[in-house]
Formats: sequence, structure tokens, C-alpha cells
Amino acid sequence: MAFTSAVITFPGSNCDRDMAVAIEQVCGGTVHRVWHGDADLPDGLDFIALPGGFSYGDYLRSGAMAARSPVMQAVVRAAERGVTVLGVCNGFQVLTEAGLLPGALMRNAGIRFVCRDVALTVENNQSLFTAGYEAGQQITIPVAHHDGNYFADDATLDRIEGEGRVAFRYAGPVNGSARNIAGVLNDRGNVLGMMPHPERMIEAAHGGTDGRALFENVVRGLVEA
Amino acid sequence: MKVRVIVTLKNGVLDPQGRAIHHALEGLGFEGVNDVRAGRVIELDVADSTSDEALDDMCRKLLANMVIENYRIEKAA
Repeated sequence: MAFTSAVITFPGSNCDRDMAVAIEQVCGGTVHRVWHGDADLPDGLDFIALPGGFSYGDYLRSGAMAARSPVMQAVVRAAERGVTVLGVCNGFQVLTEAGLLPGALMRNAGIRFVCRDVALTVENNQSLFTAGYEAGQQITIPVAHHDGNYFADDATLDRIEGEGRVAFRYAGPVNGSARNIAGVLNDRGNVLGMMPHPERMIEAAHGGTDGRALFENVVRGLVEA
Repeated sequence: MKVRVIVTLKNGVLDPQGRAIHHALEGLGFEGVNDVRAGRVIELDVADSTSDEALDDMCRKLLANMVIENYRIEKAA
């Protein structure tokens, strides 16, 4: 059956088109565009992506309002059924606010918006999202965020590290994130949140293609599953 | 009923905004400022019948992020 995915658009999302194009180019199949006010998702989804941006103007806290929007209740139910969910940047913030991932994303320690390519280390290459990389491989993916400073209490950090749920780590300090964590998996491994933008490293014209393997493996992992 | 919800970062959570405000105060020549923590005040006008439990629920479900923040509820006399 053809690969079926959905990209959710919240008011203020601005990376939704980039995400949809990356999925179309790398994963193929049908990409549905879903509005935040929709209470239901299309049937038969293999993959849901929450894009970057500034949903609801970052009012209250980044991702806080989007996490309570009608479509997110459907996304939470889909994630619980085992549907693969990727949240990038604002999408990561939404996933933590919705309780699908542990921790929170706070204002960057250096106060300023950070927009540049960063080096990431692939910490766990056993996940659905990262099996196309080598363990310990260093890749280059851009970040563009103001609130990317990952925080969780020490007990939570120890637990997710022990369970191999840190997917990516910044190779050097970027935003003050605890233990330089850049991407986190849920306990079941079907939900990934990350601040860097893999959808912006898909073709040579982007300056690199290190993001492709993530999308390639989402398809490969689902076909093999 | 007027209700004021004060949301503050938990102790031990680094507050970059508070630190920037602190530096700015020092830059303006104010001395003796030991620490600055920035928070958020949310004013609600709710039905008089609103229960304390409902107010707590609002704070926990939306107004505060319990991973990083504490909240305090003040009711106007």
C-alpha cells in the first residue's frame, strides 16, 4: 500500500510546506495537509509530521496553544496506536507540551535566536528514525529557534539516556540544552522530537543531504515492520 | 470573581530572561540587585461559582507547564 502521511498546519506554522516537499521527495506516496482545527486525521496514516514555525504566535509558551488544538487530540490517539510521529522545532515544542515527549523547551540560554548549521551526533541508530545513520556519526543539520533549550529534571534525563531515547545530541553547545540533547524519542520509539530541521537538508542545493536518511528510514522501517 | 495566576520558573531552572534583565539593571547603574527571576501574571475574570479545583485544573492543563513552572492563585478580595 502506498505510503500515506500528513503534515499538520497550525496558524503560524511556516515550515509546513518544506516538510511536505521533503516527504514527497524522499518518502513518496500521498502527503495530506491537515489544518489544526480538524478533529479527525485522514484514514490509514503511516506518518504524521508536526512542522516548525511559531504556532499561535508562541503565545503563553512555544507550542502550548497548538498542543491543545483539536487535531492534536487525534495526533495523540494516533501516536498511542503506534503511528510514526515526527515533530521538528515548533513541532518538538508541541510534542512536549502535549505530553507525548518528556521535558520542555525553554528560551535559549544565550537569549538570542540561533539560526545556523549545527553538527549533531547520532546517539542511537537503533530507532525507526535513525537506523539509516551510523552510531556516533556526525551530521550537519540547520537549527533556527529561540526556544530550543531542552530541560528535564536529572532523574528524567538519566532515564531517557539509559533507555537510549536521546536520538541526537549537539556536538557542541548551541542553546543551553541539558546534556546537549537535540532530539528525543518516546518510550515506544515511534515519536521523535528534534529542534534541528532535517527537512532543510534534503538535496544538494540545500547545502547538504544529511536529513534524507531520516525520511528514507521512516519509509524503510515501516515497510519492514 | 477576579483571579490572578502567578506563574514562576521552578527553583533550579535557569532563567535566561531574568539574567538578561539583571544585567540590564546593572547596566543602568542599579546596585545591590542579587538576582532576578522573570515570570508571568495571568488575570482571569471567572464566574463566582468557579471552584478551586477548576482553577487548579486550568493552571495544570494550560496556564503553567508543570515540568518547569510553579503557579500561585490569588483571588481579589
